[in-house]
Amino acid sequence: MSMTFFIPQDTTALALGSDSVALTMASELKERGVEGGIIRNGSRGMFWLEPLLEVEIDGSRLGFGPVKSSDMPSILDSLNSRTKNTKSVNHPLFLGEVNEIDYLARQQRLTFNRAGVGDPLCIENYQRLSGFVGLTHAIKLKGQEIVDQIKDSGLRGRGGAAFPAGIKWQTVLDTVGEQKYIVCNADEGDSGTFADRLLMEADPYQLIEGMAIAGLAVGANQGYIYLRSEYPVAHKILNQAIERATEAGFLGENICSSGSDFFLEVRLGAGAYICGEETSLLESLEGKRGMVRAKPPLPAIEGLFGKPTVVNNVLTLGAVASILEQGSKTYKDFGMGRSRGTLAVQLAGNVKRGGVIELAFGVTLREVVEGFGCGTYSGRPIRAIQMGGPLGAFLPESQWDTPLDYESFAAIKAMIGHGGIVVFDDTVDMAAQARFAMEFCAVESCGKCTPCRIGATRGVEVIDRIVQNEDRDNNLILLTDLCDTMEFGSLCAMGGMTPFPVRSALAYFAEDFGGESPREN
Amino acid sequence: MPLLHAVKHDVGYIPDDSVEQIAKGFNLSRAEVHGVISFYHDFNTSPTGQHCVQICRAEACQSMGSRQIEAHAKKSLGIEYGETTKDGKVTLQPVYCLGNCACSPSIRIDDDIHARVSAASFDQLMAELRSPATTHAGGKK
Repeated sequence: MSMTFFIPQDTTALALGSDSVALTMASELKERGVEGGIIRNGSRGMFWLEPLLEVEIDGSRLGFGPVKSSDMPSILDSLNSRTKNTKSVNHPLFLGEVNEIDYLARQQRLTFNRAGVGDPLCIENYQRLSGFVGLTHAIKLKGQEIVDQIKDSGLRGRGGAAFPAGIKWQTVLDTVGEQKYIVCNADEGDSGTFADRLLMEADPYQLIEGMAIAGLAVGANQGYIYLRSEYPVAHKILNQAIERATEAGFLGENICSSGSDFFLEVRLGAGAYICGEETSLLESLEGKRGMVRAKPPLPAIEGLFGKPTVVNNVLTLGAVASILEQGSKTYKDFGMGRSRGTLAVQLAGNVKRGGVIELAFGVTLREVVEGFGCGTYSGRPIRAIQMGGPLGAFLPESQWDTPLDYESFAAIKAMIGHGGIVVFDDTVDMAAQARFAMEFCAVESCGKCTPCRIGATRGVEVIDRIVQNEDRDNNLILLTDLCDTMEFGSLCAMGGMTPFPVRSALAYFAEDFGGESPREN
Repeated sequence: MPLLHAVKHDVGYIPDDSVEQIAKGFNLSRAEVHGVISFYHDFNTSPTGQHCVQICRAEACQSMGSRQIEAHAKKSLGIEYGETTKDGKVTLQPVYCLGNCACSPSIRIDDDIHARVSAASFDQLMAELRSPATTHAGGKK
């Protein structure tokens, strides 16, 4: 009986002890003289089940989780005593066929369909699962034809701003320049987001493929992945993947004998949230302080080192690979309204079943949080949901039936952003969360715009005075006024959107701010 | 930036006297180099302890009690953020998001991330770090 064991090596699984699980499994196998290898795969994104042990046996892929090292002997015993050719194993942690776990089976995975299946660094495995098919297609096309495919797919930037990717690419293609760049924004700084990380750790070649396609499309021969320093595991995996892809001829000179070059490098950030803003990121890549630039000029025309530059998020570039593989129509057939394709929702915070959930746009927030998340981790009622990172609004229950679609969220003054959902139970103090939003802005502001740099600090003070009931009415007016100034007087989303969580906390959770009656904001 | 990361990696911090050398090498003023160093949280200009312990302060971790972990850490180690324990083993820092938000609260010890941290597991991790016999897997030399 030959068995192959899969034990994930992504950040979350490692943080939950998957290394020690793998060590124990290896020594158990040796001791028992069992024939079977261990593959360190990426995670499937079902983080509530991590570490998730998978066993490939008789053509089935069976799951156990969440496992501890001490579970290894009993799992091996249960596998031994199982009836041949049935999918049933008698063990309390047994989950059945992994692909049939409802959390995974109910998803519509395009970008994450390979995540967790095999060794993320194995190129053969990537190709076996249709990897580099998109790049092979792209090589046969003219730049304009690739850009047209992206336009037809309706793909919008997944970083948060949701700008149509095809239009950005068209601008770079149309701008005359000897040197152009592809920059991948992997500075995934929003709390509650980890889909970029999962893609880089579980399926790094997809990002590499997407970037190479972007290079062919607009005529760029150099790419940079700007990765946040908080992701040491992704850093290691990306560097190894780039090295192997270069050796295999998918990167470097004359990629896949196409006559075009594409060189790729990872550059590490240094712990600044603002560098996720694209112009600040470009400044940082140039080795400067990450100060936001005024637009225009657009980065597509004058970007990195003043050259035409495509700046896209990890998931946008990942989607490019699947669009070129499966065709723009297939991609466009998913979704609703002007939000086409799939969204990688990231369910986090105080939630029972957190993880990456890839679904077509249009599902409601409630379906995700209740249907997939199954309520809070603490077991208490959900009180507030923050969507879209630290600059996203706090949503009360009355808004949870909003469909996940960029326009529907904009209509309720909220945002989907990068797709992060943070759940809070009823112990949350919303005044403290509003204060934190201002405090975070004060710490992380690049300092270019006065409303953001100074306004955030003043915002913390004003909220403190409101909570202490000090000249309450006037301070509430002042806070609203300050929010207006920040919103309309800042260049980028940092200052411009910090008021969103503050205003929504005040509007829907006024009882946490002291005083007697709820007030209008 | 890659150079500053390299200096930090080798020396553990960015020493003041390296600024002039860096400025000369890149044909920049010392002020410009200082400006870059001071902009980023990662580039500390004084030595840290043997191990860097970062506590995630972002919202997802807050929803799972990171504020309590934060308070517990400061109290049990007897230091504030940015300070180092007397034995020189541990420097405590805040961090905004380790991308492990589905299994909060999280902390990072050097390059290792730990999930679902409680006050008790924090104490155990610290005890392992600070006991003279063990060398932590992800530790700096």
